[in-house]
Amino acid sequence: MSLLSGQRAWLLQRVTSLYAGLFVLSAMLWLIVRPPADHAAWHALITHPMIWAATALFILLTLLHAWIGLRDVILDYGQSVPVRLTALILVAAAFLLMGFWALWILIEAALT
Amino acid sequence: MASPVRPVFLDLRKIHLPPNALVSILHRVTGVLLILSIPLVLWLLGRSLAGPEGFAQAVAVIRHPLGSLLLLGWLWLLMHHFFAGIRFLLADLGFAEDREQARSSAWTALIAGIVAALLLWVLLP
Repeated sequence: MSLLSGQRAWLLQRVTSLYAGLFVLSAMLWLIVRPPADHAAWHALITHPMIWAATALFILLTLLHAWIGLRDVILDYGQSVPVRLTALILVAAAFLLMGFWALWILIEAALT
Repeated sequence: MASPVRPVFLDLRKIHLPPNALVSILHRVTGVLLILSIPLVLWLLGRSLAGPEGFAQAVAVIRHPLGSLLLLGWLWLLMHHFFAGIRFLLADLGFAEDREQARSSAWTALIAGIVAALLLWVLLP
């Protein structure tokens, strides 16, 4: 647990927020200025190696950012150790599932 | 250990919520709601990349009146979290620490989140 707690978690929360914020800002601007007209354009955009890697990194860092945040919420409101532990395990499992799902989507897109 | 006689005041109807407290609790609420939205967002992303039919389906979902309204709400979640987050980062660096500045930066973040959400909703295709 010491890997993602205390000052390290606090710092990671902030570093990941910088990348996620810049990614969201650029993605929104790109979608406004050059919206993909159809599936082919959208698929080509996402599978461009740079965009693909930036998106995969965004998903990874955002899940990390969200995990630290939700972990803080659970530790704040979970009143007993069993409640906290159960909630943390369920949330960790959900985050792993979402991470693998996202990776699956990106890899499948890259292969087709 | 906490003293058993320490005052506890948790009457939500009477607690005064200054703007900085409102922005702070909304930052947490929007964060949790954004996490809950991840499966929906991933489903849309997966459909939109799966093929021309999936792309059309994803577009139809966000063009549907209900979907469009949900999109506006989601954009607010994202934009409030974004601006309130920038405010926290600036506070970490020592900006706007006195009461008046903290209040005005809280109002700024609150309004910026709403305005940005509406702007994106209108501007996004």
